[in-house]
Amino acid sequence: MSELEYKIVVGLEIHVHLATRTKMFCGCELAYGEQANTRVCPVCIGMPGVLPVMNKKAFEYSVLTALALNCNISSFTKWDRKSYYYPDLPKNYQISQYDLPFSEHGHIEIPLEDGRTKRIGIIRAHLEEDAGKNIHTLGNFSAIDLNRAGTPLLEIVTEPDMNSAAEVRTLATQLQRIVRYLGVSEADMQKGHMRFEPNINLHITKDGTLYKTSISEVKNLNSFRAIERSVAYEADRQLDEFLETGATMKMGNKRTYGWDDENQCTVLQREKEEAHGYRYFPEPDLVPVEMNEKWLAEIKSRLCELPLQMQTRFAGEYKLSDYDAGVLTADRSTAEFFDRAVKAGGDAKRLCNIITQTGLKIANVKGCTVAELPITAEALAKLAQMVEAGEISPSASAAIFEDMVNTQKTPDTIVREKNLIQKNDAGEIEAMVDEVIAANPKAVADATSGGKKSKKAIGFLMGQVMQKSRGQASPKVVSAILSKKLG
Amino acid sequence: MLDLTARELSAKILHGEITSVEATEGVFERIERIEPTVGAYISTFKDYALSRAADVDRRVAAGEQVGALAGVPVAVKDNMCMSTGATTCASKILENFRSPYDAHVVERLEAADAVIVGKTNMDEFAMGSSTENSGLKQTVNPWDATRVPGGSSGGSAAAVAARLCFGALGSDTGGSVRQPAGFCGVVGLKPTYGRVSRFGLVAYGSSLDQIGPLTFDVADAALMLNVIAGHDERDSTSVSNEIAAPCDYLEKLDEPLSGLKIAIVPEFNAGADSEVQNAVAAALEVYKGLGAELIEIRMPHFEYAIAAYYVIATAEASSNLARYDGVHYGHRTAAPADYVEVYSKSRAEGFGDEVKRRIMLGTYALSSGYYDAYYLRALKVRNLIRQDFTKAFEKADCIMMPVSPTTAFKVGEKTADPLQMYLADIYTIATNLSGVPGISVPCGQDSSGLPIGLQIMTPAFTEEKLLRIGRMFEKHTDHHTKKPDI
Repeated sequence: MSELEYKIVVGLEIHVHLATRTKMFCGCELAYGEQANTRVCPVCIGMPGVLPVMNKKAFEYSVLTALALNCNISSFTKWDRKSYYYPDLPKNYQISQYDLPFSEHGHIEIPLEDGRTKRIGIIRAHLEEDAGKNIHTLGNFSAIDLNRAGTPLLEIVTEPDMNSAAEVRTLATQLQRIVRYLGVSEADMQKGHMRFEPNINLHITKDGTLYKTSISEVKNLNSFRAIERSVAYEADRQLDEFLETGATMKMGNKRTYGWDDENQCTVLQREKEEAHGYRYFPEPDLVPVEMNEKWLAEIKSRLCELPLQMQTRFAGEYKLSDYDAGVLTADRSTAEFFDRAVKAGGDAKRLCNIITQTGLKIANVKGCTVAELPITAEALAKLAQMVEAGEISPSASAAIFEDMVNTQKTPDTIVREKNLIQKNDAGEIEAMVDEVIAANPKAVADATSGGKKSKKAIGFLMGQVMQKSRGQASPKVVSAILSKKLG
Repeated sequence: MLDLTARELSAKILHGEITSVEATEGVFERIERIEPTVGAYISTFKDYALSRAADVDRRVAAGEQVGALAGVPVAVKDNMCMSTGATTCASKILENFRSPYDAHVVERLEAADAVIVGKTNMDEFAMGSSTENSGLKQTVNPWDATRVPGGSSGGSAAAVAARLCFGALGSDTGGSVRQPAGFCGVVGLKPTYGRVSRFGLVAYGSSLDQIGPLTFDVADAALMLNVIAGHDERDSTSVSNEIAAPCDYLEKLDEPLSGLKIAIVPEFNAGADSEVQNAVAAALEVYKGLGAELIEIRMPHFEYAIAAYYVIATAEASSNLARYDGVHYGHRTAAPADYVEVYSKSRAEGFGDEVKRRIMLGTYALSSGYYDAYYLRALKVRNLIRQDFTKAFEKADCIMMPVSPTTAFKVGEKTADPLQMYLADIYTIATNLSGVPGISVPCGQDSSGLPIGLQIMTPAFTEEKLLRIGRMFEKHTDHHTKKPDI
């Protein structure tokens, strides 16, 4: 077989539901899982004579997101009608943005496996309204639920800058973190708050000639796993197809696929890209939006440190592992809480351990985030300081954390009240060590045997002493005395 | 009583000289007698109207505060949504459609204590110039039952002319208020685009549609404009008060304008029938007699107005009417084979020929590959026409010309030739493209006794001036007092 190299090329279209209180062009409240057709009004069901009114908040959320994606914000943007007939689209046109989107030319950094980051270009981001849902589970007829119709939908289109399924997945997760950080979307994949459509093809070099396979678009993916697997599947399928037929990209032969999650494969939906007969024209019922400096500055002031920046800073400045920094920055409030606690004087690594090992567990039980627990960052910093100073043992800190949450007392009060101050008094500890040695001759024999059992036996004796001290003895001191005694 | 203007009637109701119930009953008696001949209404609601009238009478008697149109029976074109009765747009596709909400103008009329007696006939979805395109019934001209009332607000014009109400609302996309007002010898005002909220007006050409009153005289038009004008946050294209707040259009109405400069376009006037030309010339003489100066101007892009209009209006219409698909409401075909047939058959059965023609025209104009050649070019022409108006208003306070090149034509005369029909709007379309206000004022009759209208246009948001100019003429002539013998 002749020499062959190939590169996967992927661009992504992302639809994000914005977490505004009301719909894009009417006053209906956004709701998920409500009874069908209860969150509707004459405007969002397209009654005769109704007119849309732009949701300013949705526009501001979109601009905020575009700013976070380093996009240019247009000083003038307009709305267009995109026409197509479908039962879930009550007006049979969607209010969208065509040739003058509110933002263009941005980029997003995504972390790579090797610790470096990669810049993915953003072609444009525009705002539009979502359609309703057709329901085909009622036997002989179909039903339409228009609760979703008119939900503000931010569409982001990337450059085809991704070169692996893993990169596509990473971009998707990064974007989810960003919109959550900005508070513009709940980005709940299960609720369809984010939908992804990768466009995939291969650049194949064979015998020194470059071949490009035709582009596949996979529609409506709503899980990270499906995104990654569908891209990987399509890449394999396209390579096989190329090897078999040698077919390459021609004008207009983009194919549309769906993802069959059960069988883990893509399914062809449309063979040829239909000539786009959307008959776009400017929406006459809405006035163009003009963005002035003042408004833009006001929106800019709502930007926050973005997750990847924060993760990189934590790893660098606080010397945390990438993994720990990633866990801490998974959501904005936890990251900011951690950051505040460090700034209040807690040791970063210690705080990281307390938050990731104990805090997340407690928060999970209470069904909230760490930041929402009734403790202050300052109190947590104090707890970390006490552990660092050897005043309490790391194992005692978990129980104290829990007490802090339950009683809202400061860690020093809890420690004092429960008499949990770590014992560093060598004399007192030595006495306990002696008692344990006297009570466990077999373990002592094993420990001093120097054989396989030695390590285990020493651990056992350590545990006995710690238990005797009710966790208050400093493990460092116990270990030193024990090893001295055992010779 | 039925000879009173709305303003006179309202004064008498307020003074207890006549009750709203008496006026409303009077209107319904006349409707019972005359309406079978005229056919102005698609629906009337006598019980509803009488209960509203009785409520106004009770409040007047109790000395309570009442609105500017207290107790006055009025009519509304059937493309304005009203939660009472059906809102049909004179189309089979909406024949049984009941709106769950009231249009802004309906809310305003009712808040002003007007008594809405019914919904008037029109060309289907306001597409037409003779009301012959109604999918539901025929309306004739009260001056001559063999002639059309004009359109598309033909029902409103005929209802006012035949004294089947004391004033009516119409909508004007290319002349649909002014042209039927001219044909029926009543006053018809198209306010500036954005002056009156379109919320609840079933859209035809969204960037052109504007609601306006049809009335016995200019003073009644000012009275009704007072009620319906003003910003509405539900219509993003309605003008904000900061930019152009409405005023009390009656306040200075009777003050004539001194040193009035009137622009005329000689070749336009020359394009009308001679009797129309003569009546307009005579009207201009009246103004000259009142101290006005005539200035001859050219409006070089005016001649492209009809072409641009039929691209822009139909493009918007093709999109606006896409929602009538049989899926959510309105007519649905009986036994569709699949969901595509729900669309194709419901629409084929529900829409009339002219509506289909315009949907096809607009769809074509917006199609990929044709957009630049048609829609974009039409928008450019629209800008040039706006410039024509701007230049004209640099030289003059207003522009005057005929409303229509002819008086009311015969029923059936132009139905076979859509292009001939489209030319009926040759003088009115440009104001919609530019957005400026225009009014049609009766200025005479032809040898067959058919009314002739004088059209006056002023700059955007200067309705006060426009109405005063119209009123000057009215005070020195009696054309508006002529009534059809029906």
